Amino acid sequence: MHLVVCIKQVPDSAQIRVHPVTNTIMRQGVPTIINPHDLAALEEALKLCEAYGGEVTVVTMGPKMAEDALRKALTFGAHRAVLLTDRHFAGSDTLATSFALAQAIAEIGETFGTPDVVFTGKQTIDGDTAQVGPGIAKRLDLQQLTYVAKILSIDAASREITVERRAEGGSQILRTRLPCLVTMLDGADAIRRGRLDDALRAARTKVVKWSAADAGIAEPANCGLRGSPTVVKRVFAPTSREQKARQIDTTNKPLREVADGLIAAIFADQPALKHDLGFLGSTGQQGVPDVDRES
Amino acid sequence: MTKEKFDAIVVGAGMSGNAAAYAMASRGLKVLQLERGEYPGSKNVQGAIMYANMLEAIIPDFRNDAPLERHLVEQRFWIMDDTSHTGMHYRSDDFNEVTPNRYTIIRAQFDKWLSRKVCEAGGTVLCETTATGLEWDSAGKAIGVRTDRAGDVVLADVVVLAEGVNGLLGTRAGLREVPKSKNVALAVKELHFLPEEVIASRFGLTGDEGCVIEAGGTISRGMAGLGFLYTNKESISLGIGCLISNFAETMERPYALLDAFKRHPSIQPLIAGSEVKEYAAHLIPEGGFNAIPRLCGNGWVVVGDAAQLNNAVHREGSNLAMASGRMAGEAISIIKSRGGVMDKASLSLYKTILDKSFVVEDLSKQKDMPSLLHTNSPNFFTTYPQLISHAAQNFVRVDGTPKIEREIATTAAFLRARSRWGLVSDAVRLASAWR
Amino acid sequence: MSTENREACSPPSGRAAMKKELPKQFQDYRNVWVFIELEHGQVHPVSIELLGEGRKLADKLGVHLAGVVIGPPGGQGTANAIADAFAYGADLSYLVESPLLAHYRNEPFTKALTDLVSANKPEILLLGATTLGRDLAGSVATTLKTGLTADCTELNVDSDGSLAATRPTFGGSLLCTIYTLKCRPQMATVRPSVMAMPQRVNKPTGSIIRHELKMLEEEIATKVLAFFSDGDSNTANLAYADVVVAGGLGLGAVQNLQLLKDLARTLGGDFGCSRPLVQKGWMPVDRQIGQTGNTIRPKLYIAAGISGAVQHRVGVEGSDLIVAINTDPNAPIFDFAHLGVVADAISFLPALTEVFTKRLEPRNLEKFVQ
Ligand SMILES: Cc1cc2nc3c(=O)[nH]c(=O)nc-3n(C[C@H](O)[C@H](O)[C@H](O)COP(=O)(O)OP(=O)(O)OC[C@H]3O[C@@H](n4cnc5c(N)ncnc54)[C@H](O)[C@@H]3O)c2cc1C
Ligand SMILES: Cc1cc2nc3c(=O)[nH]c(=O)nc-3n(C[C@H](O)[C@H](O)[C@H](O)COP(=O)(O)OP(=O)(O)OC[C@H]3O[C@@H](n4cnc5c(N)ncnc54)[C@H](O)[C@@H]3O)c2cc1C
Ligand SMILES: Nc1ncnc2c1ncn2[C@@H]1O[C@H](COP(=O)(O)O)[C@@H](O)[C@H]1O
Repeated sequence: MHLVVCIKQVPDSAQIRVHPVTNTIMRQGVPTIINPHDLAALEEALKLCEAYGGEVTVVTMGPKMAEDALRKALTFGAHRAVLLTDRHFAGSDTLATSFALAQAIAEIGETFGTPDVVFTGKQTIDGDTAQVGPGIAKRLDLQQLTYVAKILSIDAASREITVERRAEGGSQILRTRLPCLVTMLDGADAIRRGRLDDALRAARTKVVKWSAADAGIAEPANCGLRGSPTVVKRVFAPTSREQKARQIDTTNKPLREVADGLIAAIFADQPALKHDLGFLGSTGQQGVPDVDRES
Repeated sequence: MTKEKFDAIVVGAGMSGNAAAYAMASRGLKVLQLERGEYPGSKNVQGAIMYANMLEAIIPDFRNDAPLERHLVEQRFWIMDDTSHTGMHYRSDDFNEVTPNRYTIIRAQFDKWLSRKVCEAGGTVLCETTATGLEWDSAGKAIGVRTDRAGDVVLADVVVLAEGVNGLLGTRAGLREVPKSKNVALAVKELHFLPEEVIASRFGLTGDEGCVIEAGGTISRGMAGLGFLYTNKESISLGIGCLISNFAETMERPYALLDAFKRHPSIQPLIAGSEVKEYAAHLIPEGGFNAIPRLCGNGWVVVGDAAQLNNAVHREGSNLAMASGRMAGEAISIIKSRGGVMDKASLSLYKTILDKSFVVEDLSKQKDMPSLLHTNSPNFFTTYPQLISHAAQNFVRVDGTPKIEREIATTAAFLRARSRWGLVSDAVRLASAWR
Repeated sequence: MSTENREACSPPSGRAAMKKELPKQFQDYRNVWVFIELEHGQVHPVSIELLGEGRKLADKLGVHLAGVVIGPPGGQGTANAIADAFAYGADLSYLVESPLLAHYRNEPFTKALTDLVSANKPEILLLGATTLGRDLAGSVATTLKTGLTADCTELNVDSDGSLAATRPTFGGSLLCTIYTLKCRPQMATVRPSVMAMPQRVNKPTGSIIRHELKMLEEEIATKVLAFFSDGDSNTANLAYADVVVAGGLGLGAVQNLQLLKDLARTLGGDFGCSRPLVQKGWMPVDRQIGQTGNTIRPKLYIAAGISGAVQHRVGVEGSDLIVAINTDPNAPIFDFAHLGVVADAISFLPALTEVFTKRLEPRNLEKFVQ
């Protein structure tokens, strides 16, 4: 089986700093990681590979330094890595990204064998749109299975796949034909630690680097800024709350008294909650005047 | 799978390991480098000032693409008491030369870059792979390492231990002792992010110019230690370090020390408004010449901090690490080209080269310095700084007291604090240790 | 949006500042549409929230608001959905009914919606950012080759009548406003609970425009073999709880989660957690609150032992009242909480539960889920 996993290198969003004046991202010292959800997809692909045999190809579209992410994926056990990098891709939105990736996956199919399953993560943590996966599926005319919690089975003979998909209010069991595209939820299993021979092999594997032309994209009009219907017009920092939290006094007070103080403050701020919660008053008896006036 | 065999395995991808791996790989040796961090430099901590010459010896044209922060044009030495600092500043436009001598760097980026050079030279680098033990043959020669990844032992003719000050591989195998607490400092460091323009204006810098401050005095609360502030492009590295043994005696907490340093009225305005990212603590070998362990044996050599090659007086470590790594790599390449076995006798070539170099020369010149500063730490780090600031204040304050009275008061203060004999002997000892 | 690639952070680029000249074929696109999400006969609350937003946009543009209902024929589901659409502000409704649409599947739903759009040309199309809405929106936008802005937190109309969709980027560290140039419809998704619930009004219903789904079951490759409902029993419906009590790493040990549950039960609310607790396996992922979990906007949110990282913050900021309990007076959560208690949550939570128990009627316990 040939499994293709789309991974993206993203800034570790917990550590992003914003320039206080220009509102630009200060990239210095901000580490990059593989989009965490994509690791769930990679782990699932590696598992399928163990169960059914085959190869895992990881692909990313991004700047040159995204090679680091691919190298890492190789260390986890992927067999091949393709970096799609070209200045024509700069400024791609999700439509243009899915176009470029779809073209690359088609080219991967030509060069290394048709994929049976294309994986993406549920969403990225920087773009956060969950749109690229469906976009790729549509362009390659693959059956689309999003929010897959578990791959239940693959029938190689009849070329069918059965999955559990997270839906609103429950789980769907879906069966469809191969090839298909799966966007993977974070599963129960963390990404494996590659064996020493995987790591050695990874260190020696050359990452395949493709330009737009290499990926068979003759017309760059569908790529990058030109191929992107959306445009970011303004970037700004969220307004921070003027006031910090009002602190409930805790000095030398028994906890129950502190709790009383907090409850009084809660109802003072949100009087309607008294009704919602069935407030009996501060002493626990109905009708006793409550604490509104206190604060 | 058959066991892989390499010419050399380098444990660690810090300054010394990268230098060694590059030296060997670029000479055609089959090199495997293991790094436990997520990527080279991910866990490495340094001030950090990088000295150009030692890197030039490895990669002559490093200025083309190395991630350098600022080249230093100004050095400030501060002696601090609780409210003031007395300083000497040296700034020179001469440092705006074509090939500047000192740069600030951020290790996470620098190590990654240097490691890329190792890969380009043909070395194989495995990150997130910890060497867990040395493998020995029956004759007592190191023949490879075990790692924390599932799989076999990897074999090599020689193992270069570039594992840093804490290096467990060498100490566990009994190749050297665990460094004594009086020979290691613990430094804590923070990275304070500020916009480039703000840093430029606070320190009077243009372009890539940089400024550093080294500070001693009451900030170390009587312990042997120094604080530092280095300017990077968009951040300021700020830290303080003291001997582990001092921390143990005084029960001071390193972070509290850094916190006080940050709040010192002379430092606070320089970092005001910054956003703190990355708090790190790291050890620095400070034992100097006398603490250098055995440098080679059958099938192994040790380089950099792991070999205690660190000049605490001049705050140089990374350059000794780079130099020692390069020399080990060169020695191993020579032995290899002669078809020699990597045993204790042949590997002593490394020690011979190192002994003749500035590395050992500098360390042996100041071999008494560490113990002097350490045994007299309260005088050097509390009494004198207080006296000096006192003197400086007497000198500049104009309040109607006759000048002569003030000078007498200053002298008296020195003598009260430290007997005349004490003063003289400190001075003599300091001078001779320096020489 | 793959904002990373496009230097999202620089000020408006040349292209963004450019005048938005709409190609001819899109110039007659009019009206605002809201996709009314039906799952198992129920209208998803996010669709109602979107009708509220859609109404405002339509008024600003001086156009109609339409509800789009896609589902199986005959059942109560589509009828209810149409009724809701009108009750929450729609002027007209589009309806596609077919047995093929009994359960959500990408293929027939994508076909139904894209055909509707092509035939009726809306200028704005809004969907809920649910598993269904995101699955559908991505396919529809790609088929129509138009722009789609995910997870918007604010929708507005520009002076020249284009949709200004604002959404968080880089995990909530920044916000950006996105336009769809030169393509129509302008599509956007919004997460449940991000927009306020509008008032229901009883007004005469408008026209219902029916469309046929031109598709055969044999053409659809994907089959739904089964559906396991979560029921009410054990899943979180955090997004819509009035009171939420959540815990973070500060709770220290898995057994302390009981303290949260006790307080939530007393208040008739629900409980949730920060991400690390999910990662530790202490709570299921549907109880996670924040950027990669649920967005909540309860009347009362109590956070115990949560530091208040930006990824957590973006999920709770819509709460009416945020109470934070943390031992660290400098914890970032106090920057955006309304009320703070510097205390050890492990001892304070039981005290709070005890006092609340005394002060509240015992009726809340029935409301409690789980
Ligand atoms: C706060 C501070 C400020 C400093 N400032 C300066 C300065 O301004 N200028 C200067 O020249 N020097 C400075 N130094 C000293 C300098 O940082 C060190 O001397 C230098 O980093 C030593 O390099 P090294 O390669 O020997 O060790 P390290 O850089 O510590 O590298 C050791 C590497 O080995 C890896 N490793 C360890 N064990 C294993 C294992 N078992 N398996 C795999 N990998 C392993 C580690 O992860 C690490 O990457 C400073 C030090 C500190 C702490
Ligand atoms: C891509 C990405 C997505 C993320 N998405 C989310 C998300 O959706 N939701 C989310 O929550 N996080 C998310 N995170 C994680 C987020 O960055 C933080 O790491 C996380 O929110 C921290 O959880 P915490 O507050 O429980 O733990 P910590 O940050 O460790 O905070 C624990 C707090 O408890 C306090 N404390 C300790 N002991 C006590 C005590 N006895 N009583 C009271 N207080 C005590 C401490 O002072 C501290 O403030 C995401 C991170 C990334 C990188
Ligand atoms: N530039 C990219 N290169 C490779 N895969 C990507 C890229 N962008 C997005 N993806 C994939 O698409 C998924 C959804 O991304 P997004 O739509 O940005 O949330 C991710 O989890 C990745 O698997």
